[in-house]
Amino acid sequence: MGGRCHKPGHLVVGPAEARRALHTVIVIDAVTKRYPDGTTAVDRLTLEIPDGSITVLVGPSGCGKTTTLRMINRMVEPTEGRILLNGQDVREAPVNALRRSMGYVIQHAGLFPHRTVMDNIATVPRLLGWDKHRARERARELMERVGLDASFAKRYPYQLSGGQQQRVGVARALAADPPVLLMDEPFSAVDPIVRKGLQDELLRIQADLGKTVVFVTHDIDEAIKLGDMVAVLREGGRLAQYAPPARLLSAPADEFVEDFLGVDRGIRHLSFFGTEELELTAEPIVTEDATAEQVRAATLAELPYVLVTDAEGRPRGWSDALDRATGTEGELLPYGRAFTVGRDSLRAALDSAVLSPTGWAVAVDEQGRAVGVAAQEAIAAAIRSAHTAGVLR
Amino acid sequence: MSGGGFFEVPSDLQNTWWGLVGWQLQLTLVPVLCGLVIALPIALLCRRFGWIYPPVLGVATVFYAIPSLAFFVFLIDWFSESDLTVEIPLTVYTLVVLVPAIVDGMRSVSADTRAAAEAMGFGTLRRYFQVELPIAVPAVFAGLRVATVSSVSLVSVGMLIGNEGALGNLLSDALNYHRPQLAWDAVISIAVIGVLLDALLVLARRLLTPWARKATAK
Repeated sequence: MGGRCHKPGHLVVGPAEARRALHTVIVIDAVTKRYPDGTTAVDRLTLEIPDGSITVLVGPSGCGKTTTLRMINRMVEPTEGRILLNGQDVREAPVNALRRSMGYVIQHAGLFPHRTVMDNIATVPRLLGWDKHRARERARELMERVGLDASFAKRYPYQLSGGQQQRVGVARALAADPPVLLMDEPFSAVDPIVRKGLQDELLRIQADLGKTVVFVTHDIDEAIKLGDMVAVLREGGRLAQYAPPARLLSAPADEFVEDFLGVDRGIRHLSFFGTEELELTAEPIVTEDATAEQVRAATLAELPYVLVTDAEGRPRGWSDALDRATGTEGELLPYGRAFTVGRDSLRAALDSAVLSPTGWAVAVDEQGRAVGVAAQEAIAAAIRSAHTAGVLR
Repeated sequence: MSGGGFFEVPSDLQNTWWGLVGWQLQLTLVPVLCGLVIALPIALLCRRFGWIYPPVLGVATVFYAIPSLAFFVFLIDWFSESDLTVEIPLTVYTLVVLVPAIVDGMRSVSADTRAAAEAMGFGTLRRYFQVELPIAVPAVFAGLRVATVSSVSLVSVGMLIGNEGALGNLLSDALNYHRPQLAWDAVISIAVIGVLLDALLVLARRLLTPWARKATAK
């Protein structure tokens, strides 16, 4: 076993060193995994996984991402190199104690079919010697946290849908409040709508708990959505690029990463630009009961439509400005989909503009009230200035 | 001593019908239970050290291939014409069913579940006892059903070694006294016992594995 001669102490470099030294951080240090048949699953991989954030390992099948994950909790032992948890080689800790300190979620949830939802969740606390009552109390808490109704407590896994099973899987991984969460393609086996729900749920939970999450997926969109940092691996277990997702999209390291990111890279990059700076026009917005004069006053020279809202200010649709000003109320044109200023990205704003038959995006506030409209030109200007400013959301 | 009802047992057997039923149950269930007790550690060893499984199965199969009568006669030297002489071979026979039932049941645990157990910090033994064995329960019961039904019928062969066959002893009386009705009594009683024991096992499995109600539908 190599790596014993490394100097201890110099594990993390950089300005965040002091802060991180207090918290969990995983260092994968020149790790290689070679199998007896000669295949190399992971090749001299070095990664520093920051605490309290989601790090995604992404890549095609055979890139060693799962092997890497499993080396962290020693389900696979590296051939060379070492893995440090809080500065300590994971091989120095008793293996089962190490594993109980890391939550683990896998693709098909891997629930124990013979245990109820509650007892599944209580597994690790029970292993750690908590009494039954306390473990179940904790399980109840976690069911709520992952959005499972309390009525599921006494059910068995076969009575749950795939998405529900995966929620139980996440709850089970969180049960003993481990600082580290390892997730191996946890959402790959569920349908896209359920997957989106689970991803959002994970982000919500993570915002509350701030675990150190290592997340493996083959889905680059999932990686970009969830990751604070994304490690792209290529076949043979070599690291292609390790960067925040926005940087991955704007500056892929090489052709492999570029190919892997796929088309629409520019559009997807817009997800990282906020809409706070987008210039909105509030003028062409009128209420349903606006008078002809009010409509005329609201009409812009460059836009022959006005946006009609209900009494509360929620958008209802576009109306031909001339018709409305002359008292003939034609049918409202659908406005497509509004974007929420501040919460949604420029990608959503652009999408809204493209969807809108007038070519203008409708902006609403958190309460769903129309606060303005934006022409495609205004959005394009916002994109340009965001690029130059390098402002990342 | 002519005719006689269904439950009337010839006096030479020195037993009542219910007595014979009880004896039949004892000669059936003692081997199955002993078989289970012996099969468990053997199966755990086979699970832990996979390479011993094929030879263990081979040996069990060879024992199973010994005709019961030959086995009984062989054991008379040690245990004379006693219950043990019948129970020992029947116990050995159950192993050929029970050991693979347990081992294969434990192996059938899905890779995901096993990986999850490992990742959560179950040690090997704990994993066997808390995860794999409980999940193997339906398979074990399937084995117990086969072992039980086969033992019920094999018990009657014991009549050939000096009336050690419980209800089977009625068969020798049927021959000796030319009373075929006794044979019917024996066959029907043994069959009913077999069916009832099987039903009890199914019931027990259902009660023990509420989690497997629809496992097949998944």
